[in-house]
Amino acid sequence: MKRTIPVLIASIAGLVLIIAHFVPPAQSWGDEVNTWFQILAAFAFFLGGGSLLKMHLKRISDQQEGWGFSAVTLLAFGITLIVGIFKLGVLPSETYPTKPWSGEYLGDGGALWWIYQYLFTPLNATMFALLAFFISSAAFRAFRAKNTEAMILLVTATIVLVGRTYAGAFLTEGFNPHWQLAAIIDEWFMSVFNTAGARAIKIGIALGVVSTSLKVLIGTDRSYLGSEE
Amino acid sequence: MTLLKEGQIDRRWIYLAMLCAVGLPILLQLTFPEIPSPKVLDVFDAVDKLPEGSRILMACDFDPASAGELEPMMSAFVRHCGTKNHKLIFLALWPQGAPVIKSNIVILNKEFPEYEYGKDYVNLGYQPGNEVVLKVLVTDFKKQCSTDVDGTSTSTLPLTRDLTKIQQLSLVISVSTGNPGTTEWVQYVASPFGMPMVAGTTAVQAPSLYAYIPRQLISVLGGIKGAAEYEQAIIDHYPTMGENNGAREGLRRMGPQLLGHLLIVMLIVVGNVLYFSQKEKGVGA
Amino acid sequence: MKPDKVIAGIMLVVGLVVLFRTSTGGMGQSYSREVTVSPASAPDVQWSKYEDAFPREQGEPGVSFSWSRTLGLWISALLTLAIFSFLLGDNVVYKLAEAIFLGVSAGYVMVAGFYDGIVGKLLAGLAPTLMRDSLLPGLPPEQQTNWLNIVPLILGMMLLWRLSPKGGWISRWPIALFIGITAGFRMLAYFEADFVGQIQNTIVPLLVFAADGSFDWVQSVKNLLMVTGVLSTLTYFFFSVEHTGVIHRVSRVGIWVLMITFGVGFGMTVMGRIALLAARLEFLFDDWLWLIDPLNRRS
Repeated sequence: MKRTIPVLIASIAGLVLIIAHFVPPAQSWGDEVNTWFQILAAFAFFLGGGSLLKMHLKRISDQQEGWGFSAVTLLAFGITLIVGIFKLGVLPSETYPTKPWSGEYLGDGGALWWIYQYLFTPLNATMFALLAFFISSAAFRAFRAKNTEAMILLVTATIVLVGRTYAGAFLTEGFNPHWQLAAIIDEWFMSVFNTAGARAIKIGIALGVVSTSLKVLIGTDRSYLGSEE
Repeated sequence: MTLLKEGQIDRRWIYLAMLCAVGLPILLQLTFPEIPSPKVLDVFDAVDKLPEGSRILMACDFDPASAGELEPMMSAFVRHCGTKNHKLIFLALWPQGAPVIKSNIVILNKEFPEYEYGKDYVNLGYQPGNEVVLKVLVTDFKKQCSTDVDGTSTSTLPLTRDLTKIQQLSLVISVSTGNPGTTEWVQYVASPFGMPMVAGTTAVQAPSLYAYIPRQLISVLGGIKGAAEYEQAIIDHYPTMGENNGAREGLRRMGPQLLGHLLIVMLIVVGNVLYFSQKEKGVGA
Repeated sequence: MKPDKVIAGIMLVVGLVVLFRTSTGGMGQSYSREVTVSPASAPDVQWSKYEDAFPREQGEPGVSFSWSRTLGLWISALLTLAIFSFLLGDNVVYKLAEAIFLGVSAGYVMVAGFYDGIVGKLLAGLAPTLMRDSLLPGLPPEQQTNWLNIVPLILGMMLLWRLSPKGGWISRWPIALFIGITAGFRMLAYFEADFVGQIQNTIVPLLVFAADGSFDWVQSVKNLLMVTGVLSTLTYFFFSVEHTGVIHRVSRVGIWVLMITFGVGFGMTVMGRIALLAARLEFLFDDWLWLIDPLNRRS
């Protein structure tokens, strides 16, 4: 029961979707199963939040190194969750002014809006902006044209880097439009070689996904069930 | 004073150089002319050649992390559609996409005051469930989106009242940073149903999407360069847009791009020159 | 010269600029506009909402200095600098910002999941009348109770069982549903769009003639290179055959095609990262420090 039923659930759910794709009258089954998936996806967010809570509470209770940061994480998590769920500061929807809870949870002026705007946005955006610095350091330290393949990669990257700015246009300004750097990148590097490589990779990935999916549906791949219990 | 020790340099010097290369052009507000490439013009034409007032689905699948690249693209799409009086249906597969929709609706409200909610645009907000959302949208729109972001029934809004499947729309515009995003829109909507679609994506994602062009995807705007060229294409066709500084965000960012790219190229070249010169001398690198 | 000294010098200059400009009221202020809302459906109900306003609009009716937005702006700027401080090495300020980020992002997606998933999909199906009276007043009146939604409710509870120290196997049922559905729809989508679709995209004429009948050699060469590129790369991916002789030579061409693909990807990645940095610096210089004003917010 611990392993057979889940395998059956996976197979039936997948097959229902495949049948629904080919048999139009069965489409409504497929839509129903898909709606279940969406609801479960929302529960998965709660599972994620619960795991975060569990892990950081343990770090705090064990007084592990850096437990103070765990406390900050939990505080930020708790405040965001509470003000968001209770729609703190959110005004009612203008369409339904008499229903106080009708406003959008991220409504302008609400506490969640403020947190999103002034805490989440700068933190999220700057985390990724940091990569510009790391990539510049890597460019100097790690990218070596040690063999033909690395040379091709670096030369291509350099052409793309120069060609995707005004420098490319400036360097090849008087050339025939087809032989200007931007056109060479677009028409040859991107549309021919890159497209060929991307297509081959996509074909490879597709074959991998199809075979893995088939293994799940016929029950030969049960790795998602985890270890025996 | 020597920066180099055994062919290496303190990484903080490199960080400082990058900070200056990107920061100075912003402070000096350096801009350069852009010429829209054929791929960008294909995107422009796909939006521009639709009959006025066509219904378009705008998918905003990105978070603040990629807003630097995608926000200019997204607002350019909104402004272009606004100029053509296209009707817009906004939707996000990312929870962080919902605020992006709101900020673009602000653009619509300010710059196209004749746009009326429910009649000219609708905000469906965030739809949880990743690509599964798309599977339902192509078979039963109302089952997936029975209400808009404010909880208003989509059956009462003039723009969505008769909508049973999203294939009834004229175009999908996907602005995305990853999964779920443009790839999923191609796989579940554009490719199986032959629905016209254009995309604006991060520079990282764009090369892999070329595989879908032109049969499954009309064209793609790749990164900030794509955004800048698209803005230029809009300004070329609608010169009054050029007076709006907000419509030049991508163009403005091409200044820091120039110096940033040149710095990276220089670092690659210098790094390799030092590596090979030391290798010749027999110094381990 | 040590970089520390230069960095300390820059920080000192920035600090002095911030101090001077703050004391003169020349930076880091936010304004809002009070807008009265009078909904058409309830004439006796009225409230005020606040929208962003530009500093240049101060003095206009309803526009005033906003403490909450100004505080938010300063916190945003300081958090941005806190993340950048990681460039000088791991430190307490960075870790603090990271901890806040983790908590806020987890909290935000949970709220989004609650309202858009649990309320919008589950409860709208299970208790439409209650939802119509509270959170979703616009829910279509024809929407009846969908008892089938009990299934995802039970499965959802089973999923949350994973948090319990015992009975972890209970969560396998919903996980199996997840996996089964994902396998089902991905298999079809990848097969259609990425397998058959890419093969179809690759079947192109190798000799291309223009509309006037002339030979289009440029397009012919492009098509030939593209098809050769796809086939040689696929040959490289084909590991069931030993890569010797012709296969070796063809797969080597495939590697070169892949290297160009990766080179393009690398170049584009750099472009993307620099764009993100530029956006953050523009935020600091424009919104916070008021050193530039590209959108004429202040003049």
